[in-house]
Amino acid sequence: MKLTRALPLATLAAAVAAASQVQAETLRVATVNNNDMVIMQSLTSEFEQAHPGIEVDWVILEENVLRQRLTTDVATGGGQFDVMTIGTYEVPIWAEREWLVPLTDLPDDYDVDDLLTSVRDGLSHDGTLHALPFYGESSMLFYRTDLFEEHGIEMPEQPTWEEVHDWASRIHDPDNGAYGICLRGKPGWGENMAFVSTLVNTFGGRWFDEEWQPQINSPEWQEAIAFYVDLLGNYGPPGASSNGFNENQALFSSGRCAMWVDATSAAGRIYDARESDVADVLGFSQAPVAVTPKGSHWLWSWALAIPASSERQEAARQFITWATSRDYVEMVGEREGWTSVPPGTRTSTYQDERYSEAAPFASFVLEAMQNADPTDSTLEPSPYVGVQFAGIPEFQAIGTQVGQMVAAALTGQMPVQQALDNAQRSAERTMRQAGYYD
Amino acid sequence: MFNKTPTSGPATAAMPPAQQALGGQGIGAALARHRRLWLALLAWTITFVIFFPILWMILTGFKTEAQAIATPSLLFTPTLESYEAVHARADYLKFAWNSVYVSVGSTLLALLIGIPAAYSMAFLPTKRTKGTLLWMLSTKMLPPVGVLVPIYLIFRDLGMLDTRTGLTVVYTLMNLPIVIWMLYTFFKDLPRDILEAGRMDGASTLQEVGYLLIPLTLPGIASTGLLSVILSWNEAFWSLNLTSSQAAPLTAYIASFSSPEGLFWAKLSAASTMAVAPILIFGWLTQKQMVRGLTFGAVK
Repeated sequence: MKLTRALPLATLAAAVAAASQVQAETLRVATVNNNDMVIMQSLTSEFEQAHPGIEVDWVILEENVLRQRLTTDVATGGGQFDVMTIGTYEVPIWAEREWLVPLTDLPDDYDVDDLLTSVRDGLSHDGTLHALPFYGESSMLFYRTDLFEEHGIEMPEQPTWEEVHDWASRIHDPDNGAYGICLRGKPGWGENMAFVSTLVNTFGGRWFDEEWQPQINSPEWQEAIAFYVDLLGNYGPPGASSNGFNENQALFSSGRCAMWVDATSAAGRIYDARESDVADVLGFSQAPVAVTPKGSHWLWSWALAIPASSERQEAARQFITWATSRDYVEMVGEREGWTSVPPGTRTSTYQDERYSEAAPFASFVLEAMQNADPTDSTLEPSPYVGVQFAGIPEFQAIGTQVGQMVAAALTGQMPVQQALDNAQRSAERTMRQAGYYD
Repeated sequence: MFNKTPTSGPATAAMPPAQQALGGQGIGAALARHRRLWLALLAWTITFVIFFPILWMILTGFKTEAQAIATPSLLFTPTLESYEAVHARADYLKFAWNSVYVSVGSTLLALLIGIPAAYSMAFLPTKRTKGTLLWMLSTKMLPPVGVLVPIYLIFRDLGMLDTRTGLTVVYTLMNLPIVIWMLYTFFKDLPRDILEAGRMDGASTLQEVGYLLIPLTLPGIASTGLLSVILSWNEAFWSLNLTSSQAAPLTAYIASFSSPEGLFWAKLSAASTMAVAPILIFGWLTQKQMVRGLTFGAVK
């Protein structure tokens, strides 16, 4: 009786012991729920087969939650994650604090020189890469060719904001469900301010002067915001101040917007006839400019980094080099279709005919990505790095506060001048508290 | 709430005899019926308004992503597409088990600590009892994010990050003030004579609590426990910040389906429906106990 009871137990114990001997190293990868990441997650088994002994555990969170979660962990050295998905905003700031593992000796076959220079620079600190780009984006103008033809408008190689305003006023026909233009209005440093920053840049404005004094109520800002409020308020969809990227993508792909200026990464989706009603009448152009072409389109990249607190850095390195490699791009292209490959990271992707055939917007994206220069994005000199953001920790708070004021001006809650004066005051306060000046 | 609704009885009784003689009873009853109808209608309307977001979430879960963002419509062909996508991406049972474990575990732990604490404060008060009670409640006034970093550091050093034990401890601490307060008010309502009678018969403190206090205030304890389970189940700040993959409960499961890019409403709704379903069913099955517990003092 005793023996029969003990036998299964002994077997179990032996099994557990055996299992623990060959126990794989488990990598914890934290990421956002974007389409390209969902594809990466679905290819986990490919990685695990190619790298026996490493298993991948996914932690997927909404972008803002993820940002807070990762910041807490990396700042306290919690060591909960081995791979973190972060953007061009965080990488230089975190690298400076030595929270990230520098990526110096990458394997030869990784071909680090194949990475787009602007993206590579954005993910470097003191000339050393601290994260590898998973996908990158800039901003561009999408438009409906049928509506443009109908109104006899021809799209020049480089449109200006003045022209865009004129076209929007001509095409705008809300009674028939077509709005002149769709732009971001939802407040947030990564929402409306990503777009508004590029608009301010091209109108000749900047976030800070060389003494780190906020410039938010400068004439350039006032001109840019007044233009934005007029354009989107008069020729945009109703309730534009609650529209972010997703809402505008939905509006545009259902044929409600004549023009839309937003992330190049939307191109693949609105060109996909399964998701979009305007796939066959879709036109692309560079983001419009005003006074200067500098900083008229943004640069962003979601990248994979290894926190210094990770205990499995070698396995993590194998994972991030795999997920950002040329082979990975090839694998996604073959399995998911070439429009689904992660865009905006490697020159080789754009040299691949299979990609340029499947994605006619590829050359626009490449040009926009190559032209964006985060170190020189304003007409007058500025002390910060970043096109649609200023790469300092205080910017998240400032950007969001200003974003709320801009949204208030858009909805007509207060005049542009007053909104910008308020924004300026709160930005000055934040910068003073942070010790940039007395 | 409805116990207080005036019924036809008192209304008729209050009428002058002359009116009653003139057939007032019929009119009075009709008026009361009328009022009851209106009250019922009002109750249904309020219930519908409160329930509507949940209903809409359930409906959205059965739509395709394109339908979910289209002009709202009640007419659509239901599909399980989103449920399939959600199921393929995450292990629901693992998250659900974590939710059950931490919410039930923390509730039991909170009751274990809360019952003796409330007992001593209700039956053996000192001049500082009121102050202690207020002080306990004041801990609920601190925004949790204020103590995130200290707790994160302590958990890191104790190796409790991403463990169910860690989350259970935090939830216990989070709910303890409410648990003690509720139990305290329920215990206060119990006549002291009953416990004294027990003591006269030679019951020890433990027997007094075990044989008299707990059985007599069981509805109150049950509703306290239920509330604590629901609060723990819905808690999202600590569960998102202290867990990553092993101990993540259903709140983390929902958070993984929201996205700043691309369409996600249908999948998010499907995930949310699956996350609230267990607690919804649980609440429905136990609503009698909850209502009884909440009106415990009034009924007695």
